[in-house]
Amino acid sequence: MSEVSNPPQDAVVEPTLALKSRSKVIAVTSGKGGVGKTFVSANLASALAKRGLRVLVLDADLGLANLDVVLNLYPKITLHDVFTGKSKLEDAIYKAPGGFSVLLAGSGMVEYSRLAPEVRDDFLRIMETLVPNYDIVLLDTGAGISDVVLFAVSMASEVLLVATPEPTALTDAYATIKVLGAQQKRQSIRVVINQVARTGDGTAITTQLQQVLDRFVNKDSEHPLKLIHMGDIPADPAVRQAIMKRQLLAQSDPGCAAALAITQLASKVESAVIKHGA
Amino acid sequence: MFPPRLFQLISYSVASATDSSVIRLSDLRLDDARALLEHDPSSELPSPEASPAVYMQTILDALCELSLRDPLTGLSNRRHFNHLLNREIESVARSGESVLLLIMDIDHFKKVNDTYGHHAGDLVLQAVSKCLEACVRPMDTVSRFGGEEFAAILPNCPSSFGPVVAERIREAVAALAITVSPSETIQVTISIGGAYAPEWVRSTIELWTERADEQLYRAKSAGRNRVFIEEQRGVAVSADEKGMLFGHLLFGDPASGGVAGDASSSAVADSEMNRAN
Repeated sequence: MSEVSNPPQDAVVEPTLALKSRSKVIAVTSGKGGVGKTFVSANLASALAKRGLRVLVLDADLGLANLDVVLNLYPKITLHDVFTGKSKLEDAIYKAPGGFSVLLAGSGMVEYSRLAPEVRDDFLRIMETLVPNYDIVLLDTGAGISDVVLFAVSMASEVLLVATPEPTALTDAYATIKVLGAQQKRQSIRVVINQVARTGDGTAITTQLQQVLDRFVNKDSEHPLKLIHMGDIPADPAVRQAIMKRQLLAQSDPGCAAALAITQLASKVESAVIKHGA
Repeated sequence: MFPPRLFQLISYSVASATDSSVIRLSDLRLDDARALLEHDPSSELPSPEASPAVYMQTILDALCELSLRDPLTGLSNRRHFNHLLNREIESVARSGESVLLLIMDIDHFKKVNDTYGHHAGDLVLQAVSKCLEACVRPMDTVSRFGGEEFAAILPNCPSSFGPVVAERIREAVAALAITVSPSETIQVTISIGGAYAPEWVRSTIELWTERADEQLYRAKSAGRNRVFIEEQRGVAVSADEKGMLFGHLLFGDPASGGVAGDASSSAVADSEMNRAN
């Protein structure tokens, strides 16, 4: 007599950012928390900045403890203060050590069962103001697939999904990929596998994810979803040391294996996203 | 149970009797509080002469207890429940833990009151409360939300367990034989709606209960004595899909050639050690 019911499916979020802005926005997301998403965002931003790009990381994650801890940066003003009229937008943008800019969403990002239109409008308006000042905007979304995450992702032309080889992380990554394909009709998702034990593990995992997608999702779909492997980041003791020191890899150990992997990732992101999109 | 600082403040004040800022028991109007507590058999007040501080503390503790419990059923009341719900919301937002909220409503309760009288209604509420508490783990909290409505928070409740627990509750309530008078035993049923906290997202009490309420409404509309639980997002991965996803962990990794069992499990260990985002 018990039944499991589906939540209302009215939560489909359509992209609403103007194309020109949208093309510069990359959503960095993960199915599960704790896979290094924020670490990747921050270090990728620093590597992109080093290539001469003007980069903004917009932390749309409510876990605002993350980005500031990774960067040893403690912004007092957040996007929430801008929304509520307490502060001006330019005062909420901070310079991070890696030569890029940071804007934290703050406690404004909570559950919206039906994301309030005025919050959406506020967010979009701010994005339209911000994006022209940068070459690339990394939107660090929360983990999971809440409406807030889906909305954040909908503002981006590209999705960079961070996962680790751990089974729960892979399951959640796969679930996220499915939802993004189904709800946002995305045709490609870029994948980076963090904390791999050996070179090549990440490629194998992306291949595996693609095979499962082909078998269970793509077979009935007119728009097959394609995963693009963007690289592996090796499990590297230097990463932990950098986090302990609250520094970017570029500051603490620029020559370590993980830092090199992130430099490569930045070059791929630049050629795939920026040159292609421009 | 409640603020130790308040206790310190009062015991300090009582101790330093020469201080002009001291609180004297004789200056306080404690009659209302005392009268309230006299009707509550669980609280027995010590003598005010022996130790004014202990006396005050006992009154405060007993009042806190009263303000958090539903007098009829002994369950947490809505105030206490909301406090706990807020705490869960904070914790889920950071941990991503799976937490289920159930809202339960006794079916056709008005009929019980109308047919057998309000005393019978009270007995039914008490019996159902006991039954609900017996159906859940000690770490779960059952609360009387008001009237014939109850709620339960189930922390650390994986999505596959939720329907099982709710169904167990439904069956247990339906199986109760409640004696309402020497000659009469009645049975009731309960409708249950449930919703999980959104993982990694800070929800609000209103939104979360609204989602559970929607499911309760569906259970009622579908004929009562039913369980409806909102499907948790992010778990739409079938066993077949999982099997294929982790095939490489068990049978070797075709993409890299070798037997990947050992290497992959070490990758898992590393990734857990390295977690730091």
